[in-house]
Amino acid sequence: MNLLEKLDASAAARKALLPDGVGAFGIPIEEVYSATEARIGDRRVLLLGTNNYLGLTFAPECIRAAHEAIDKEGTGTTGSRMANGSYFGHRSLEREFADFYQCDSAIVFTTGYQANLGTISGLVGPGDTVLIDGDSHASIYDGCVLSGADIIRFKHNDTVDMEKRLRRLGDRVETTLIIAEGIYSMLGDQAPLADIVKLKNAYGCILLLDEAHSLGVLGETGQGLVEATGLLKEVDFITGTFSKSLCSIGGYCVSNHPQLEQLRYVSHPYIFTASPSPATIASTRAALELLRKGSHLRTLLWQNCTQLYTQLKKGGYLLGPHPGPVIAAIVDTPRQALLLWQNLLEHNIYVNLILPPAAPEGKSLVRCSVNAAHTPEQIKYVGDTFCKLRSLVC
Amino acid sequence: MTENNYNEIMKLLCDRLKVVSNSNIPITSETNIISQLSIDSIKLLNLIMEIEDTFDISIPINALADVQTVRELADLVYKIKSAS
Repeated sequence: MNLLEKLDASAAARKALLPDGVGAFGIPIEEVYSATEARIGDRRVLLLGTNNYLGLTFAPECIRAAHEAIDKEGTGTTGSRMANGSYFGHRSLEREFADFYQCDSAIVFTTGYQANLGTISGLVGPGDTVLIDGDSHASIYDGCVLSGADIIRFKHNDTVDMEKRLRRLGDRVETTLIIAEGIYSMLGDQAPLADIVKLKNAYGCILLLDEAHSLGVLGETGQGLVEATGLLKEVDFITGTFSKSLCSIGGYCVSNHPQLEQLRYVSHPYIFTASPSPATIASTRAALELLRKGSHLRTLLWQNCTQLYTQLKKGGYLLGPHPGPVIAAIVDTPRQALLLWQNLLEHNIYVNLILPPAAPEGKSLVRCSVNAAHTPEQIKYVGDTFCKLRSLVC
Repeated sequence: MTENNYNEIMKLLCDRLKVVSNSNIPITSETNIISQLSIDSIKLLNLIMEIEDTFDISIPINALADVQTVRELADLVYKIKSAS
């Protein structure tokens, strides 16, 4: 089989799951009206397939900051920070992130994906070990592969299994990086951080926590799981993204370890890419300010999460263990999931369809992302529609 | 580790692959795990965790890059177990 035939085989596998004309992946969105509504085809739909957790995509403060940055500094930086320099905005955002996490330093990356790729591949290399949760995001897997370190998985959120694998590593624990996530993107469940911290201290490892889905969502000021659990000082490196609660694009890593700064000179995903544009940095800075003051947004978000989670649970859906901004209905077969997804769209509700092997344990998911800007009426309509369509997945 | 141990590893792998792949294809040492058994990446990674537990060893995922056939997987497990 040649290179192109391999892609044909992959396309055939995709078509077997999704018939022609069903654009569940990369659906064309014609117009975006607000943080909660858009047009898909000729339908005005409710958006429950975005990660706009605080609903800030149209925040006037962020839009104004982006406009001003374009007027002042142009549309792009046209290259890497190593070669083209670090703008005032890049440096300011890093200081603001370090201050937000009460950490000594922060590095901004061009995407959230690159934040994991760059941090992991900068921290570990051939001969080292990464111990990762089995349900880790692809950016974590890819960062580990790029690093050349030995990759060992532990069962999702199972610290007994994790300890078994740590024990097997023997002396290699000294050069082992443990990686977990604040909120996992498939089922919306949270890492058992207290138990993970106990193990990382007992075995003398370094711990990286990815707060991509928990930034702005968990904790009094929105730091994430580290704040919700009071374990900020116990986590060595925290990564995250600007593309969810902060409504732009980019990523970060913060740490109290002075060695974080060295990543600027060894991490290819940081060095060999164009730095974030002035508008991106400016809107992110404005959104971070709103996020820090946004306890009222978190209150609204959690009211919506709890309302939808409770409604779907009562309606008989199998869900992840915790209510949260990611609420996934777990469905037995891809066909059932596709049918439910299509019917929801026909009822003007856009959610995410997740099929094996992306979904855990061979199941399929119909996943909702709730945000603070959804009204209680919109959430009720979504819940009622799911319940009405329940028979499609029985 | 002896030849018997190697045969034991091979038998266990064949048995588990049969279950995981849910396939009627006879599994031999030369069976290609990915192309012939159509095992997706997550199922394979979960099988590796099972094998790690069975033999009390660590099998780095990156070591699987060179593994195509059941024999190559058995060789890898045998090599790691022998060194442990």
